[in-house]
Amino acid sequence: MTPTEGPAGEVVLRLDGITKRFGGLVANDAISLTLRAGEVVALLGENGAGKTTLMNILFGHYLADQGSVTVFGKPLPPGQPRAALQAGVGMVHQHFTLADNLTVLENIRLGTEPLLSFRGAGAARARVLALAQDFGLAVHPDARLGSLSVGERQRIEILKALYRNARILILDEPTAVLTPQESDALFATLKKATARGLSIIFISHKLQEVMAVADRCIVLRQGRVVGEVETRGTSRAGLAAMMVGETLAEAKVAPGPGGPVRLRLAEVSAPGLHRVSLELRGGTITGLAGVSGNGQAALADLIGGALAPLSGRIEVDGNRPSGAWTPQAAIGAGVGRIPEDRHKTGTVADFTLAENTALETYRSRFARRGVMDWRAVRAHARAVIDGYDVRCEGPDQRIRLLSGGNMQKLILGRVMEEAPGILIANQPVRGLDVGAIAYVHARLVAARDAGAAVLLISEDLDEITGLSDVIHVISAGRLSRGFARGELTQAGIGLLMAGQGFEHAA
Amino acid sequence: MTAIWEILISASFWAAAIRIASPLIFATLGELICERAGVLNLGIEGIMVIGAFAGWMAVYGGMSLWGGVGVAFLAGAAFGLLQGLLTVPFGLSQHVVGLGITLLATSTSYYAYRLALPEVTSPPKIEPFQNWEIPFLSEIPLLGPALFSQTPLTYAAFGCAIAVSVVLWRTPLGLALRAAGENPAAVEAQGLSVTALRMGAVIFGSGLMAVGGAFLTLSAFSSFFFEMVNGRGWICIALVVFGAWRPGKAVLVAVLFAAFDALQIRLQQTPVGAVVPYQVFLMLPYVLSILALIVMARRAEVPAALMVPYNKGER
Repeated sequence: MTPTEGPAGEVVLRLDGITKRFGGLVANDAISLTLRAGEVVALLGENGAGKTTLMNILFGHYLADQGSVTVFGKPLPPGQPRAALQAGVGMVHQHFTLADNLTVLENIRLGTEPLLSFRGAGAARARVLALAQDFGLAVHPDARLGSLSVGERQRIEILKALYRNARILILDEPTAVLTPQESDALFATLKKATARGLSIIFISHKLQEVMAVADRCIVLRQGRVVGEVETRGTSRAGLAAMMVGETLAEAKVAPGPGGPVRLRLAEVSAPGLHRVSLELRGGTITGLAGVSGNGQAALADLIGGALAPLSGRIEVDGNRPSGAWTPQAAIGAGVGRIPEDRHKTGTVADFTLAENTALETYRSRFARRGVMDWRAVRAHARAVIDGYDVRCEGPDQRIRLLSGGNMQKLILGRVMEEAPGILIANQPVRGLDVGAIAYVHARLVAARDAGAAVLLISEDLDEITGLSDVIHVISAGRLSRGFARGELTQAGIGLLMAGQGFEHAA
Repeated sequence: MTAIWEILISASFWAAAIRIASPLIFATLGELICERAGVLNLGIEGIMVIGAFAGWMAVYGGMSLWGGVGVAFLAGAAFGLLQGLLTVPFGLSQHVVGLGITLLATSTSYYAYRLALPEVTSPPKIEPFQNWEIPFLSEIPLLGPALFSQTPLTYAAFGCAIAVSVVLWRTPLGLALRAAGENPAAVEAQGLSVTALRMGAVIFGSGLMAVGGAFLTLSAFSSFFFEMVNGRGWICIALVVFGAWRPGKAVLVAVLFAAFDALQIRLQQTPVGAVVPYQVFLMLPYVLSILALIVMARRAEVPAALMVPYNKGER
């Protein structure tokens, strides 16, 4: 890799051949990157592309299997969380590490002075105010943190890093929580910082932001650097094309048998969705591609009944649902769900496997006159465990103790045992190892062949193109038309992901 | 009404209030430190008992009074260590552990007392702390006898409140400790140990609670007897809340509570006391506590991570 000339001087940070494996999963595969003084480098990639792992290695939370980190010309000792901080690298996490009941000044000072010392707040206050002035960050040192907006809190996190003499700032998806106005203010701050010689790594998956703030962009996919460009010499579509890859993956499975339309959305709008029209056919896997955060979650919630439509029409097997569209109604209509987050919405961590398998059907299947039939629940759980190869101690084990793959297999078994006519699989293989991925995919295909209408939502394009009979692309809450297998080109999908080429541009 | 007024302007009434408040101040400060770091210490009641016993036993065995205070502190700190180990690194339920510590410390004290003094029927006495009149200040009318003619341990209680306040708000240690009770992840992100901070807070806080207990045997009374702590620990839990987790306010509400306690004793001796059953007067401070809690607790800023165990690496 030839280092690209940045707008400014010497290399301040160099990652060299970083490789990190988790079991069979290669999270980082020989990643190298350089950062120069006064430069903003964007790290672009989907969830699971390896961005967070890379930053955790930089900050010593993980040990890399191979590779080295050099900060300001000096090698960074691996596995020491304080080392990066002391070398002048500051990180602004997505989840702020601030305390609501402390003041702004207290939050900034925390941990910067020896514990057993008496020092007035005067010097610290003056320093904070000076830094705030320099970087154009308006703060009131004595305000209680809890009274601040999210954008203001982020400013405090940045000030915290600056207060610790950070010369390199790493921002992990900083705009995910900001309003557009707050984002603009953040970008202005970053410009001021680079003008003062600071260097910034900007982690994001929003193309337009990367174009707006970064000098250079490094694209990660599946743990590898797949491209590096100067933003001046590219466009949003160009970046999207890099994220997509050189060629689209070939379909891995035979086409589905097809079937009648099971679920139809006609011009449905909801929070996060704009006049979405979609048909899910039996015997068909419909893939939903797109950069994450563009309305996938809302669409899954809408079909699952957790989100009520504001306008438009929902039809199941040609009929409009008789009552309100709720999760109960959706389950009743034969919608099965593999939730996006198996820990948060897929399972109850401290319930047993048996209890977890009965979560959606405990009233209809496992209760007799209002009393739970635990024997039936356990028998059912045993059937799921055996049928779906869940490695565990038995139905009475708490699900918290299972690995992600086994947990996902249990969720898969739970939904498949209901033989759903419509199956929403939202990120069904995120974080799983290769073996579990193949297993889940095979089961999805089997469900399709048995006549189910499957909606596969994924940020992994290879997964989408490998399995889907029909592909839609979602961008900013709008859905493209459906494309048949092989109809989409790499350039075409990149354009759609970047939000171009939609028929109903608002 | 005039009876109440006469009580309220008498120096002896306020002297009693300050005296009654002293053990509460120690224990409330101890609890406040624990809770500021994020640990609810329900062991307080039992730790006060062990402090009362250990301090008295040490003096009875020939130690100086201040030596007894030291022994009480160490005994409390030992139970604090146990409370801390179970709730901080092991992350067990703070309620259950606290109640267990209270039962354990109380029964240990009673058992040890019986073991040490098997033959005794009436509790033996020691020579307790004597009042220490502060020159000049004790001669101020009303205020002098009330505030400046107390035992050294009472002065220590107020000194302690100032020290705790300074440490919590004027030192990096205090900041780190409070942050551990607000957002432990923020503390850990700065390379500080939440476990060490919380353990330290629970151990030191428990020591203070025990000194509060020792006040009863070494300053207020001169002997140790069963049931002498009598719910004072539980009151201190409430006082921390009334005091909005601030040492200054905590002292204020402790004195207020003590004043009501002193008032009800005196009211029992007025003509009203002849008509109303004495249990009603005994209830008075507690009823007022509940009312105060309803009014004050709404606005208080509870430490955000109070009762939340912190496991490193977990989100």
